[in-house]
Amino acid sequence: MKQAAAPGQIPLMQETTIKRKRPNVLGRIKKDKWLYLLLTPGLLYFIIFKYVPMWGVMLAFKNYQPFLGFWKSDWVGLEHFRVFFTNPEFYMLLRNTLILSLYNLVFFFPAPIILALLLNELRLAFFKRIVQTLIYIPHFISLVIVASLTYVFLTTEGGLINELLLKYTGTKIDFLANPDWFRPMIIMQTIWKETGFGTIIFLAALAGVDVEQYEAAITDGANRWRQLWHITLPSIRSTIIILLILRMGDVLDNGFEQIFLMLNPLNRETAEVFDTYVYMMGITQGAFSYSTAVGLFKAVVGVILVLGANWLAKRFGQSGIY
Amino acid sequence: MTKQYRSISGTAFDITNVIVLSVISVLAVLPFIYIIAGSFASDAELTKRAVFLIPETFTTAAYQFIFSTDTILQSIKVSLYVTVLGTLVNLFFTVTMAYALSKRNLMGRNLVLNLIVFSMLFGGGLIPTYLVVRDLHLLDTFWALMLPGAISAFNLIIVKNFFQELPAELEEAAKIDGCTELGLLWKIVLPLSMPVLATFTLFYAVGHWNNFYSALLYINDPQKWPLQVMLRQIVLLSQTAAGDINSMDPNFVAPPDQSIKMAVIVIGTIPILLVYPFLQKHFAKGVLIGSVKG
Repeated sequence: MKQAAAPGQIPLMQETTIKRKRPNVLGRIKKDKWLYLLLTPGLLYFIIFKYVPMWGVMLAFKNYQPFLGFWKSDWVGLEHFRVFFTNPEFYMLLRNTLILSLYNLVFFFPAPIILALLLNELRLAFFKRIVQTLIYIPHFISLVIVASLTYVFLTTEGGLINELLLKYTGTKIDFLANPDWFRPMIIMQTIWKETGFGTIIFLAALAGVDVEQYEAAITDGANRWRQLWHITLPSIRSTIIILLILRMGDVLDNGFEQIFLMLNPLNRETAEVFDTYVYMMGITQGAFSYSTAVGLFKAVVGVILVLGANWLAKRFGQSGIY
Repeated sequence: MTKQYRSISGTAFDITNVIVLSVISVLAVLPFIYIIAGSFASDAELTKRAVFLIPETFTTAAYQFIFSTDTILQSIKVSLYVTVLGTLVNLFFTVTMAYALSKRNLMGRNLVLNLIVFSMLFGGGLIPTYLVVRDLHLLDTFWALMLPGAISAFNLIIVKNFFQELPAELEEAAKIDGCTELGLLWKIVLPLSMPVLATFTLFYAVGHWNNFYSALLYINDPQKWPLQVMLRQIVLLSQTAAGDINSMDPNFVAPPDQSIKMAVIVIGTIPILLVYPFLQKHFAKGVLIGSVKG
């Protein structure tokens, strides 16, 4: 603040009223010129790769023609949305997306909590470390490798699982091309990949519990189940609620890569979700405007869900995220 | 303390717990062990018996085949190149911006921070981003794999918070000695931040090695495919509904032997397993846990 009245700046300040408490803009920029130089690459990144595309969602209200370009293409208002909502595929996408999210919530969400509780009950420190080392690994493996492993294990042409099925039941199941197996397959992948890593956040919360609470409970004659119910679980309640909020905001987000890799023409009826549909319509078929409209619909609903869930959490006395 | 109160049922629980956790741990790594074993087995053995953990006849034929073909080797080179250069790009963009934003009295700071947080909540989506990359003529260049994800907003905020907590006295002393902000960042802040930066280097690098999405969208030239795209081509596309997608695909790869598929999977996994001990050291320390909670 002190340097604001450096001699070089005085002529620039003549037009504005000089207030001692608010040094002028140019003076401050000049003072922090190196900081602004450092800020520039990152700022350009956010403008070019985040904000220009945000503004590019205007495409959803235009009829983009490659030879006319963004500016000269005609405005069509809500036409693309009308087409999308009246398309029978819309209900298929909504159903697939929501069912997959529901499965995820029911079958995957509790898994890291249970695993963290089991780990928390372990008394052998070295064994606990070994378990933790092993179960975090799958998180760092790419989804392409996860999909590849799934294929190698489940293929009917010599895959491990099908060879075992053949040996013990005499029949093979074409998991990879069967719409009924798509959702269980995706959920199993997620459970394998993310359960271990998902325990970290709960273990951190559990590590913060005061040991004296347990000692007091033991003196009062509480057994381990009672301790779990009255001390351990309440200590991770707020973490569980925050993660639930994040999940609710992501209900329409099934993770493009994972679905895309496991999707094929034979299981499309249960596998195709909003994200993969945007890719197919936009990149593969070149319907830029229409697929932008689909993406915009998804993004807007996503924002509403996140903010709504956040508001709900605050009403229930939790701190919320935003 | 608790020992005195441990009942028989408590001990039974402990034993069951150890067994359950052992099984879960083994399940986490068993697929890799099987795949590694399979990659060293002959194809005859793989068709004869599917279940084994040690191959009967040990052979490196699959790896010899991979390293004799140009396509897979080329994609490994691309992945290594993009991982190294891309991580440097990430670090440059993240550190410079985080440092500028760590100065509380920088004019416009709150506006920029709000822009960043909003971009975490809402995005233009796949197609508008694709059009930006296309209009910048980045399609089929390696920049398309590095620039659109140059900053993770989440990482940026963590690094910014870390810089903010460095002792201000050090910086003031350096400034009195005539150090500019650039010199300060290079000579004082960066050396003090090495552990944090090492963590983000590893996370960004793993992200690049595993990246499939950007290459799928922006790279059409098979010569420029990273390993993850090649892996999908070899393992996934060579067996789904043969004749349906593949025969139309100009980049069609004939279905390779099971052991070759396994060997490619192993090659895609090994770099991750190599850096994993370092990764684990960092996230176990809580650098990231604290930030997730707060």
